[in-house]
Amino acid sequence: MSDTGHDEELPAWSLPTSGAAHAVRPAWWSERIDREWAWGASTGEGVAVAVVDSGVDGEHPAVGGIQRAVAVDDDAESIIDDEEGDVCGHGTACAGIIRALAPGCDLYSARVLGPGYTGSGGALLDGLEWAIESGARVVNLSLSTTKSEFVGRLHELADRAYFQRTVLIASAHNMPVNSYPWRFASVISVGSHDGDGEREFYVNADPPVEFFARGVDVEVAWPGEGVIRATGNSFAAPHIAGMCALILAKHPELTPFELKSVLAQIASTGGNDG
Amino acid sequence: MADDLRAAVAAGVAGSEGAHRELLQSVVEVARAIFAARAASIFLFDEATDELVFEAVAGHGETSLVGNRFPSSRGIAGWVLVTRQPIAIEDPATDKRFASEVAASTGYTPGKLLACPLLHGERSVGVIEVLDPPASRRVTAADLDMLGLFANQAAIALDLIMRNRRAAAAVGGEATAVASLAAVVDGLDGPQRDAADRMVAALAELLDQS
Repeated sequence: MSDTGHDEELPAWSLPTSGAAHAVRPAWWSERIDREWAWGASTGEGVAVAVVDSGVDGEHPAVGGIQRAVAVDDDAESIIDDEEGDVCGHGTACAGIIRALAPGCDLYSARVLGPGYTGSGGALLDGLEWAIESGARVVNLSLSTTKSEFVGRLHELADRAYFQRTVLIASAHNMPVNSYPWRFASVISVGSHDGDGEREFYVNADPPVEFFARGVDVEVAWPGEGVIRATGNSFAAPHIAGMCALILAKHPELTPFELKSVLAQIASTGGNDG
Repeated sequence: MADDLRAAVAAGVAGSEGAHRELLQSVVEVARAIFAARAASIFLFDEATDELVFEAVAGHGETSLVGNRFPSSRGIAGWVLVTRQPIAIEDPATDKRFASEVAASTGYTPGKLLACPLLHGERSVGVIEVLDPPASRRVTAADLDMLGLFANQAAIALDLIMRNRRAAAAVGGEATAVASLAAVVDGLDGPQRDAADRMVAALAELLDQS
């Protein structure tokens, strides 16, 4: 028996159902969870953050380099090194927001959008799977699919990520359509608020959207070393992704469930916590 | 029976394209008015050619842009088509390459642009854009919500147009031409209708004899 009262010979799913030993908080859990505990002095150093999008322009000053960029070869259904960078600008905009919040994180890019893609959602699945299998702790998904044929596999990937401590941050839809993965309970779904604090975010008491982060009139990186002002949930999600990187650099042991709980605990309560 | 069905479908197809276009035009005109914008546009995503096509325009470009095409991966319209996420940007002219891509989907380079995907069922069928609401007015999240409502209407109208075109292609050009004539005659009344009926009857008699 281990000190948790669990027989080491038993597989994880056969934990005993009795015993108060399991009803204790992890040793690292603080009695006082505030922003200082969560991310004080953190730069997100060493945390792998993947941007699954249109590619990322790693040369952009606001992005400051990326560790690796891949693309999904839609025809061969395989992963290849990405030589093209960002084909439309969306991924670079998201990556710049993450870098601004977590300058020490390691950024990765999986290009699943743009010319050459069918837009069917198959590339999204392959790119997301690559990000999860590569060991990213945070994956930003400022996109969604409406194709029901992909929902099953997407759900399976989201759950796989959840149980291997990879947190998926997905921008929510503010339109009356069924789209995914932001509706899944295993991801963190993000909508926009009108505030201007980059660390200002709120818990939503009425899910499926779980958090609101800055997404209105945001200065974002643009291919060609420029910047532009943009509005949309696409830019709210990377704010939460950046904050998750800050927290995970300080508390790498957190599961996605615990990370979401910490976010809820330190969320803004009014005014600007940026 | 097959001919009857074909004729019935042709009769249904004839004239409906125009009605659906009026609906689309109405959507962009209301959207433009609500946002006090310089222009508003609706694009259809042509999957066969991977292009976006101007289907309706209100304001700037109203008389010149309908029917124009550009690659679906370009500019803001391309963004929202593939990400399925509404978006607004300001001052795209700061980047020349991007400005030219935006201009492809607008006819000029606007100072402010809101765009929303047209989602119908599981498909992204097009994009709606609103260009240059007043410069003094800050774009809000509520603006994108509002545009989403117009997008929903436009998506339904676009879906009807595409169904209509598929039906027209299925029944063939000749039957559609006859059905178009029937629809025109059906829309008349009074002396004009009487005259049209006599003319159609005379035409039928003439063709029957030949």
